[in-house]
Amino acid sequence: MTRFAIPVAVFVALVGLLYVGLGLDPREVPSPLIGKPAPHFELPQLHEATKTFSERDMVGNVWVLNVWASWCVSCREEHPVLLDLAASGAVPVYGLNYKDKREDGLAWLKGMGDPYKTSIFDFEGRVGIDYGVYGVPETYLIDKKGVIRYKRIGPLTPEIVKNTLLPLVKELERA
Amino acid sequence: MIPELGQIALALALCLALAQALLGLVGAARAQTVWMAATRPAARGQLAFVAIAFALLTYSFIANDFSVVYVESNSNSALPLHYRIAGVWGGHEGSMLLWILMLSVWTFGVTLFSRQLPLEMVARVLGVMGLVSTGFLLFVLFTSNPFLRRFPAAADGRDLNPLLQDPGMVMHPPMLYMGYVGFSIAFSFAVAALLSGRLDAAWARWSRPWTTAAWCFLTVGIALGSGWAYYELGWGGWWFWDPVENASFMPWLTGTALIHSLAVTEKRGAFRSWTVLLAILAFALSLLGTFLVRSGVLTSVHAFATDPTRGIFILALLVIVIGGSLLLYVWRAPKIGLGGSFEPLSRESFLLANNVIFASAAGSVLLGTLYPLALDASGLGKISVGPPYFETVFVPLMAPALFLMGVGPLARWKQASLPDLASRLRWALAAAVLAALALPFAMGRWGVMVALGLLLAAWVAASGAVQIWEKVRNAAGAASAWTRLSGVPRATWGMLLAHFGVAVFVVGVTMVKGYESEKDVRMEPGDTVEIGGYTFRFDGVRDVNGPNYVAGRAQIPVTRNGKPVTTLYPEKRIYRVQNQPMTEAAIDTGFTRDLYVSLGEAVSDSAWVVRVHHKPFIDWIWGGCLLMALGGALAASDRRYRLAAKRQPEHYAAAAAR
Amino acid sequence: MPRTPALLLAALLAAPLAAKEAAPAAADPVLEKRVMALAEELRCLVCQNQTLAESNAPLAEDLRNQVRERMREGKSDREVVDFLVERYGDFVLYRPPLKATTVLLWFGPLLLLAAGFAVLLRRVQRRRGAVESGVSEANHKRAAELLAGDER
Repeated sequence: MTRFAIPVAVFVALVGLLYVGLGLDPREVPSPLIGKPAPHFELPQLHEATKTFSERDMVGNVWVLNVWASWCVSCREEHPVLLDLAASGAVPVYGLNYKDKREDGLAWLKGMGDPYKTSIFDFEGRVGIDYGVYGVPETYLIDKKGVIRYKRIGPLTPEIVKNTLLPLVKELERA
Repeated sequence: MIPELGQIALALALCLALAQALLGLVGAARAQTVWMAATRPAARGQLAFVAIAFALLTYSFIANDFSVVYVESNSNSALPLHYRIAGVWGGHEGSMLLWILMLSVWTFGVTLFSRQLPLEMVARVLGVMGLVSTGFLLFVLFTSNPFLRRFPAAADGRDLNPLLQDPGMVMHPPMLYMGYVGFSIAFSFAVAALLSGRLDAAWARWSRPWTTAAWCFLTVGIALGSGWAYYELGWGGWWFWDPVENASFMPWLTGTALIHSLAVTEKRGAFRSWTVLLAILAFALSLLGTFLVRSGVLTSVHAFATDPTRGIFILALLVIVIGGSLLLYVWRAPKIGLGGSFEPLSRESFLLANNVIFASAAGSVLLGTLYPLALDASGLGKISVGPPYFETVFVPLMAPALFLMGVGPLARWKQASLPDLASRLRWALAAAVLAALALPFAMGRWGVMVALGLLLAAWVAASGAVQIWEKVRNAAGAASAWTRLSGVPRATWGMLLAHFGVAVFVVGVTMVKGYESEKDVRMEPGDTVEIGGYTFRFDGVRDVNGPNYVAGRAQIPVTRNGKPVTTLYPEKRIYRVQNQPMTEAAIDTGFTRDLYVSLGEAVSDSAWVVRVHHKPFIDWIWGGCLLMALGGALAASDRRYRLAAKRQPEHYAAAAAR
Repeated sequence: MPRTPALLLAALLAAPLAAKEAAPAAADPVLEKRVMALAEELRCLVCQNQTLAESNAPLAEDLRNQVRERMREGKSDREVVDFLVERYGDFVLYRPPLKATTVLLWFGPLLLLAAGFAVLLRRVQRRRGAVESGVSEANHKRAAELLAGDER
């Protein structure tokens, strides 16, 4: 007679799943690059087109790579958080100007403030694709060996910086 | 004032729904005739007030009352009148009100056509439907109120989503909801039967026409949605296995299993507990569909604006309604009993094999739709499950069902003989094989999948022909063929027509998938492109003004062998208010093919990218669905359901009392 | 003004001479067919309910370009897919790969069907033994006795 209880058991499991699902974001695409070496790039800098920058320049340091664009609305939200982070000196912040026009990017930084040690200019978005960027803003934390340890999809918030990013930076600095 | 009256009407409807539920269920439990008799008026009152609320919301749309938040987000003063009316169900709140309206209409139908049922049964059925109504009315009043106001009133509205400004949009949700909600009747009958402890062939006979009618509406609703996507989205696709499409398909698959299972229960009293379970599952899947579309748990192009509060509420509703009925099932189903026996080879077992297949199909669609969520929830990663999966899995499941469709109706109840079936069907098989081997060549090339599809479709059609032939030949007496045929009950014609509709559908799908072709070309004015034997000439694009949009309209005359066929006018529109671009494809519909043209981008001052498609037999897809629905309508209107209404109610009351 | 009709006439006469069979929109139609066939099985990450083939999002165009480039370089479908999965994960595939975590997905439908038929068969076998119309064995015997008694 227990076979009559099978439907209710399956239903309970289903409801449990849906309940958990209400707290998840179906649109978020987690990065498969966590724990893998940061993809190589060598791009011209935003401010000085003749100079280039590569992730290899940062080996031995813990650093943050923030993907931004002047046309991106949410980037405005997170910009004050980045300025604070840069000002605190806890970790160097570098920018990836994604699919933007050079003048627009420079003007935006001039108006909003520049938290980046430097920004690189990814006009075609190829480096973005290598890093699995699908929306702007996105932020990566890379360790001393050049391995990606954390990715934030969407704007950074003070809570995320305080509770997730900075503790991880401390941990990676010690290594 | 009007919106406030609407809210009051909804609140009154809620009171009546609650009264209907309590009077019905408690009245039946305590055998209180007065209470039970009061459920009908309560149900009718509920419809009256829901209808008033709906009418008042419609009025707000027609009168452009932008002080109502919902009107502001879904309408605009430049929107043509018929779309202002359709906008009533263009957003979440209004579509929930439409759902409730449909529910009260069906409830009203039950109050009208239930004279021959024992009062206790009617009271319980209406009581359960009252509970469902109460749940939804609470949902609307507390989380999705369409009558919310804003002060100051907006100057103008944000316009109805351009994708929805279309005739198909006007009909698709009402038809779909009539189907979804109609399954609540089968559900209520099932729960009422479990509550009363009486589940016999008579119960199945009462349930059947309602279930079939709901199934008809759902078939039409899904077909409309598919047809609408085809001509509206500009891509020529007609089914995407999108979570919301699946959400409507699962109740349809389960509903199909249910109408076949009810046939067994009605004729032979067999497999009653399974039929009851199916009835609960069909409605459960309707509710699940509502949840999936409105909770934000799955991404979908159809999804309404989502809100976690709404999700929790619908989930709670699901738990109470379905969880409650499944618990009732655990308690009462073991007492139901077996019913008539039958051999492993018999019409009953063929129908039950149909059930296994359709239930597995529904389960597979559910599995594919929810699997990404399950993996994500368990932290096992994020995957996508799309058309490649569903097509790989669904087609092999349906092939045996199509085979059975040919054999089942010819098998005898209780005990069928394989040699007998084989001999009766040998010509049908021969016709099917011939069609599979020969017809593809008529289209230009032979392929395995096309042959398989045509084999199954021809098999179903040929076996239907065998059935008709046997009826003509076997009827007793020297009566003419016509008399013999008119003696065949409507339900049988309904079945034949619906099965034939399936064959037509399969032909459509097979031919389109096997032989469709498209060309993506860059055209200067005067250029031509040839596809499927038709020649398309691009005559340039001119600017046009619509009521609430501006468009670039291309003129493309089509000829075949030098003779003119038609002129097509695809457009690229920009709707002014939302600044949203839309591609309007131009389609020449034909019995054996569609010609489908859409504009790409302008690549220079005069040249445009144009995409032309040749789609053979694509309209057979929706034609087949229409035939299925007509077949269902015929079956639901069979004499035996209407004759029973003429019998004395006392006769049934006495029988029920025994 | 008198020149206009002449010009118009010239234009009308010239038009049929200039009209031609339209060129394919893509530079290499054969390659394009292959690109689109693969793109239909991939998911757009921005407009997540469209395939990479259908979507008009800028990222979708970029990714189609990447697919096209790689195919032009001679990479196989498998290699192009691996390239995308390395960067975006399995999410980008509409055809879920067969892995330990998706075995239940791919074999589930078959299992459901098999289980369903197994249950059906077992019930039908059991039913054969069960008695018809609810009259139990004991009552059958008693009825037979009574009838036999009647005949005497």
